[in-house]
Amino acid sequence: MSADRGGPAQPILIVNGLRKYFPLRGPLGTIDAHVQAVDGIGFDVRKGETLGVVGESGCGKSTTARLLMRLIEPDAGEVIFDGDPIGHRGISIRELRRNMQMVFQDSYASLNPRHTATEEIVFGLRVHGMGSKQAREQAHASLRLVGLEPGQFGDRYPHEMSGGQRQRVNIARGIALNPRVLILDESVSALDKSVQAQVLNLLADLKDRLNLTYVFISHDLNVVHHVSDRVLVMYLGKVVEIGPVERIYGDAAHPYTRALFASRLSMDPALRVGAAPLSGDPPNPVRPPSGCRFRTRCSLATQACAASEPLLREIAPGHQAACHALTGEMADAA
Amino acid sequence: MSAAAERISLAPAAVKRRRTGGFWHRAARHVMRDKVALVCAIVLLAIALSAIFAPWIAPADPYKTSMLRCLLPPLSPKYLLGTDELGRDMLTRLLYGGRVSLSMGIAPVILATIVGGALGVTAGYFGRHINMAIMRVVNVFYAFPSVLLAVAMAGVLGSGIVNSLISLTLVFIPPIARVAESVTTQVRNQDYVEAARATGASAGRIIVQHVLANVMGPIVTYASSLVSIAIIISSGLSFLGLGAAPPLADWGLMLNTLRQAIYVAPVNAVLPGVMIFAASVSFNLLSDSLRSAMDVRA
Ligand SMILES: Nc1ncnc2c1ncn2[C@@H]1O[C@H](COP(=O)(O)OP(=O)(O)O)[C@@H](O)[C@H]1O
Ligand SMILES: [Mg+2]
Repeated sequence: MSADRGGPAQPILIVNGLRKYFPLRGPLGTIDAHVQAVDGIGFDVRKGETLGVVGESGCGKSTTARLLMRLIEPDAGEVIFDGDPIGHRGISIRELRRNMQMVFQDSYASLNPRHTATEEIVFGLRVHGMGSKQAREQAHASLRLVGLEPGQFGDRYPHEMSGGQRQRVNIARGIALNPRVLILDESVSALDKSVQAQVLNLLADLKDRLNLTYVFISHDLNVVHHVSDRVLVMYLGKVVEIGPVERIYGDAAHPYTRALFASRLSMDPALRVGAAPLSGDPPNPVRPPSGCRFRTRCSLATQACAASEPLLREIAPGHQAACHALTGEMADAA
Repeated sequence: MSAAAERISLAPAAVKRRRTGGFWHRAARHVMRDKVALVCAIVLLAIALSAIFAPWIAPADPYKTSMLRCLLPPLSPKYLLGTDELGRDMLTRLLYGGRVSLSMGIAPVILATIVGGALGVTAGYFGRHINMAIMRVVNVFYAFPSVLLAVAMAGVLGSGIVNSLISLTLVFIPPIARVAESVTTQVRNQDYVEAARATGASAGRIIVQHVLANVMGPIVTYASSLVSIAIIISSGLSFLGLGAAPPLADWGLMLNTLRQAIYVAPVNAVLPGVMIFAASVSFNLLSDSLRSAMDVRA
C-alpha cells in the first residue's frame, strides 16, 4: 500500500473551483456555445470514507469523475491529492492514476472485447513497469480478491461472463494497481438487484481490506444511503449540498435535495420530507438560469435567487448547502 | 466508392459483441456457407495458383514471338487458347498476366491500408486538431473520382508498373483513411479505451493493445472491396499505356494490343477482358460476403 503521506487528517482529495465547459460546435466547426457540465465545484474527500455523489442524470457527476482522473482537462480549478497538487508542481498524472482508479457503469463496454480478464488487468500493471510474469500473478491475486477464481475466469473474454462477473473484473482491474482511491461511477447501477447487493458487499469488504477511499457516484438514492459516510448533491454542474449521510437523508437543507428525496419512494415514512417532488426536467446546461440554477424549479425562489448565485455555507458542523433561503441572504440581496 | 465508405459504420453493438479471434473464424464460416462466395473463392484461388506457378505450368515461353503463327484461333494444335498478334501463346500470357494483375490489385491495397490505416487511426484516436489536419487533406483527395485521380497521378509520374503501383496506392489511401478514422473514433469513445487511459498508459500503447485489434476487422473488410477496383484501374492504366510496358504480359496491356485484331480473332481479343472480369467480380463478391459476415452478430 502506498504511504499515507499527509497524515490521517489531510484529505485524500481536495477539489477547488473545478470547471469544465464542453464546446458545442456548429455546422461550420465553430464553437457556438458551451455545455456547462461542471461549473466551479469544490469539496474534500477524507481518507477512508465513502463520499456518495447524487444528482439527476446530466448534472455533471461523470464529468466530475473524469476530471478527478484527469481523463479530461479541466478548464479551471485544481485537484490536490493527499497534499500534492496535480501537474508539474506536484504529482504527475500517471502517478495520480496509479493512486486513483475508476470503475465505469457499463461492465461490457469497459472491458476490451479482445482481452481476457487476466490480460485486461495485466495491461495496467505492465504500464506501471511490472514484468509480465509478476503482472500475471498480481492479476490473479486481484481476481481472487474480487471472488473470481483465476483458473476458472482468468482466461474468459467479456462475452463469456455475466454482468456481475464482468463488473468484478472491472473492480479487480481497479484495485490491481493498489490505488488509494476508487471512483465508482454508477458501477452497480446496471446490475440486477441481487447481483448489486453482492457487489456492494464485495466493495465494502475490499474497502476494509485495502484501506480504500471511495467516491461513489449513483443516481440511486437508496444505494448511496447504504454505502456513504458523507453525501454530495449536485445540480446542473454545481454542488448544492454536502454533509454527513444521516443529515442529508434525515434533515436535508437545500430545496433541491428535499425535492429529490421527496420524489423517491421511501420505505420509511419518516424519511419522506415535506417538500413537493421534482417536476419537469432540469434546465439546459448550455444556458443555465442566472443566480441560483435551481430557482426555476424551486418553490421558495424569490427575485434574490435570480440576482446572485448562492455559495456553499456551513449550516451545521460538516454540513454545507448553497441556498439563499437558508442563509437569510434573501433580505440582503433584495 | 464514396457510398461504400459511408456504409461501413460500426454500430456500438458490433464492437461489443465481436468475439475475440472469432472474427476471421466466423468470416470463413460465413463464406463457406455462402455458395456464390465459395465459387468466387475457388475461382480466385485457381487464378492465384496458376499465376504463382505460371513458370512451371505454362506450356510456352510468354515472350517467344513468331510471325508465322500469329492470331491462331483457340483450340489450335499446341495452342489451347490460340496466339496473340505476335504469335505468343495466349494461355501462357494469360497465366503470366495474372501475376501482374493480381499483384497490381492486391499490393496497392495493402500499401494503402498500411498508410491510410495509420493516418485514419491517428486522426480518429487523437481527434481535434490532429484529426482536422489529417482529414482535411484526405478529403481533398477523396473528392476526386478514383479513376481520374489514378490517371492524373500516373500521368504525372510517368508510365511504368512501379509508377502505377504508386498512383493506385495514393488513390486508395483517402477512402481507407476515412473508414479507419470513423471506426477508430467509435472505438476510441468506448469505455475500455477510457479505462486503459485511466491506468496511465501512453497513447501508443493503447493504440497497439486496445484500438488496433478492434479496428482491423472493419478496415481490412473495407480494403478488400477495393481490390477489384484496383484490378480494373491498373488494367485500365496499362490499357492506356500508363502502366505495364510491352512486352510484359498484363491483361490490360494485352487487351490494348489485341484490340486491333478484334475482327480477325474476336475470341483472342476478348480473353484478357474475361480474365479481368472474372478476377475483379470474384474479389468483389467475396468481399461483399466478408462484409455481411462482419455484420452478423454472434
Ligand atoms: N464529451 C462531452 N461533450 C459535450 N457534452 C458533454 C460531454 N460529456 C458530458 N457532456 C454534457 O455534460 C453534462 C453532464 O454530463 P455527465 O457528467 O455525464 O452527467 P451525469 O454523469 O451526472 O449524468 C450533460 O449535459 C452532458 O450532455
Ligand atoms: Mg453519468
